[in-house]
Amino acid sequence: MAVEVTMYKSELKPTWCPGCGDFGVLNALLKALKELEIDPKDLVVVSGIGCSSNLPHFLNAYGFHGIHGRLIPVATGIRLANPELTVIATGGDGDGYGIGLGHFVHAMRRNIDITYIVMNNAIYGLTTGQASPTSEKGMITKSTPEGVIEWPVNPVAIALSSGATYISRGFSGDPKHLKELIVGGIQHRGFSLVDVFSPCVTYNKVNTYQWFRERAYSLEEEGHDTMDMIAAYQRAHEWDDRIPLGLFYRTDKPTYEEEDPALREVSLLKQPLGLSEAQGKELLEEFL
Amino acid sequence: MPTGDVVVVIGGAAGDGVASTGQIYATTCARNGLNVTTYQSYQSVIRGGHIWFRIRASNEKRYSQGDDFNLLIALDQSTLDIHVPQIAPPGGVIFDPSRHDLKEEALPPGVSPLPVPSQEISMDVSGKPIMQNTVALGALMYILRLDLKVLWSALEKMFGRKGEKVIDLNKTASERGYEHAQEKHETFDFGLKPTRESKPIMSGNDSIGLGAFAAGVKLLAQYPMTPASSIMHWMAAHSSKYGVVVKQTEDELAAMNMVIGASFAGVRAMTATSGGGYSLMVEATGLAGMTETPAVIVEVQRAGPSTGLPTKTEQGDLNMIFGASQGDFPRIILAPRNPEECFEVGWRAFNLADVYQCPVFILSDLYLGEMWRTVQPPDFEVPIIRGFMANGGEEYSRYKMTDTGISPRAIPGQPGLMFIAGSDEHGESGELISDILAGIPEYVNVRAQMMEKRMSKLETAVKEMRPPELYGPEKAEITIVSWGSTQAAVRDALDILKEEEITANSLEFCDLWPLRAKEARKLLEGASETLIAEVNYTGQFDRLLRVETGFQVKHRLRKYDGEPIYPMEVVRKVREVLHGS
Repeated sequence: MAVEVTMYKSELKPTWCPGCGDFGVLNALLKALKELEIDPKDLVVVSGIGCSSNLPHFLNAYGFHGIHGRLIPVATGIRLANPELTVIATGGDGDGYGIGLGHFVHAMRRNIDITYIVMNNAIYGLTTGQASPTSEKGMITKSTPEGVIEWPVNPVAIALSSGATYISRGFSGDPKHLKELIVGGIQHRGFSLVDVFSPCVTYNKVNTYQWFRERAYSLEEEGHDTMDMIAAYQRAHEWDDRIPLGLFYRTDKPTYEEEDPALREVSLLKQPLGLSEAQGKELLEEFL
Repeated sequence: MPTGDVVVVIGGAAGDGVASTGQIYATTCARNGLNVTTYQSYQSVIRGGHIWFRIRASNEKRYSQGDDFNLLIALDQSTLDIHVPQIAPPGGVIFDPSRHDLKEEALPPGVSPLPVPSQEISMDVSGKPIMQNTVALGALMYILRLDLKVLWSALEKMFGRKGEKVIDLNKTASERGYEHAQEKHETFDFGLKPTRESKPIMSGNDSIGLGAFAAGVKLLAQYPMTPASSIMHWMAAHSSKYGVVVKQTEDELAAMNMVIGASFAGVRAMTATSGGGYSLMVEATGLAGMTETPAVIVEVQRAGPSTGLPTKTEQGDLNMIFGASQGDFPRIILAPRNPEECFEVGWRAFNLADVYQCPVFILSDLYLGEMWRTVQPPDFEVPIIRGFMANGGEEYSRYKMTDTGISPRAIPGQPGLMFIAGSDEHGESGELISDILAGIPEYVNVRAQMMEKRMSKLETAVKEMRPPELYGPEKAEITIVSWGSTQAAVRDALDILKEEEITANSLEFCDLWPLRAKEARKLLEGASETLIAEVNYTGQFDRLLRVETGFQVKHRLRKYDGEPIYPMEVVRKVREVLHGS
């Protein structure tokens, strides 16, 4: 089939602020879908709550726009029910690294085959500008008028220590590169993290496109070995002066879906419902 | 006078094997074709403490564990100290005099000491003290005039996996106990009439699992919590063979959301928990309501609030289940009364969830969930109704307005039916009306219509709900109202009242919401006198019933000490209501 980007676009226009980083993520995702020629009927995009979580509405695919921080369990349930689907989770840093952090860690250790794109802008945008889990120490926001006292979470380092098998960081100011990371994530068998620096032009006046461009460098260009976990840890901790972009780490491990004994034969969706007479008899036998 | 009804209590410390001994005895009775009900009293400790297992065996069907007990097997000193004074005559106490000290003066009149040197016999048979419980069970068989061979078949079942040798040693140990009793003690004639028709015996939790399997459940997502964990254990043990994914999640938030995800993708999915765990599922319950995604939630109540009494029972979560999550959305609440009904609601819940595309609750409790009872063999051939599914054709709207409020469901993978299920308010096609459209007059109307669409599903659902059951004589001096597991105490109380020449009947609710209020009101208005029995402080169902029917039940029996209501408590209350004493 002749696949066009428009196939994946819904009729709705994004409601993000002009200049929002999330436009770049949407465009990169659309191009990635086109490149992989995924049939929209077999694609489910799951999101939580926040500006970035509105993304599924701008796509032509199945979508589930759930509640704050719980997109990962919903995506997991979908994958377990039907592993033939491509499942992508999209959300923000508050959603995934704050209220939903527990699910993020557990999905990674399970190596559920989903691609998780986090539009990380280090601020709560939709609630009009409070500190987020990735806000830098000292950042002044509405909820921290004298500066954030906590240290930010490091999602890449968390992913490395939680067993994720594809860990990357992109920048919405470079959609071409971001598209490559998303393509890689979707193709990867297992849990893929695409942490995207996606500036909030309205509420984060510190971590701007400019701020990021001044610091960003390409891991690939510096010859980073994506099989080397220790090197990946070191890169994950670079931030203040130089910020690495690209693939930090990749490895192959069986996915949860492949390992669950109940899924060995056929997907849950394709199984017949109910019990045969013989099965009923066998089950009852236990209670006699 | 033989009554064909005997209650045995086995007591000891956690780790003494009380539960397995009780299960072997209960299985033995079930295999003798007797009716069995049980009640386990245990604590939130792994070793030590004091626990007991109460097993009632009877010729006629009984519902509760009974008020009194006749025979005691004491596995530790505390059991003797605590329970001997409670034994009802005719009765006795089996104990090992070499290990424990029975104070004869504590024995009530008509209760005999039945010493059995269990440890000595166990040592003699196996070189270890490990079989002393089996020795005591052997003695019990003689005392109750039950066939030792039936106990052996129960031992084979219990220890089957441990191999021939273990089974043979246990058989010998029980035989030695039997022979000792034969030599030293008299039998008791309780009039038990064993048959060869073995009855299935299961707990309420087992039965819910069976019902869910019959309905074609494909995914259980659960976080461990007493007393709901055994649902996960049973299903996990059958997971790979029956193709059911059993996912222990990181928390209950994940469990409920995972159920919603799997159900959205088209498979039947459920979770199970107790009140504290359900508290964490509240937000996602609203998500299921708003996105109209089927979800089955089993809530096995324990005594709250907060951590409360983890191993004790209560019917205290109805208010929470009824009001869980912000805003109004349709939900269905089923409160099974006994293990047979647990099977039935186990499959009905999935049909109701699919048809009405909403959360469906099975509201059980610790008492019912862990109560082992003999049951009629379930009929596994149950109707499977998936509800209104879209199949393409015309332009698709997931949340289309219809006469019933039920819209066609599509599942991912179907071509041309793509839609977004949104937790925000949405229009017919799933488009959000919560942000840039909110407040625009046209969309103000859409919001109202969507709310009406969702809520109107209950008007159809109520027709499918079962009205309360009036059990017992149609005309009675008093009608006792109850819901869920309290049926057990009330039904047994009716028999006792009958002997006292008081005619009473029982008005029992399983389907709590949407409530068949008209039928309930009619039955209540036809009653001469009314009493409601429930296991919570505020009378949560009493209040719901009054609000929905406009009928105020006159008298009430409420219990909130962690124990279930016992039949005699109902009897005493009835006497008080009718005769003032």
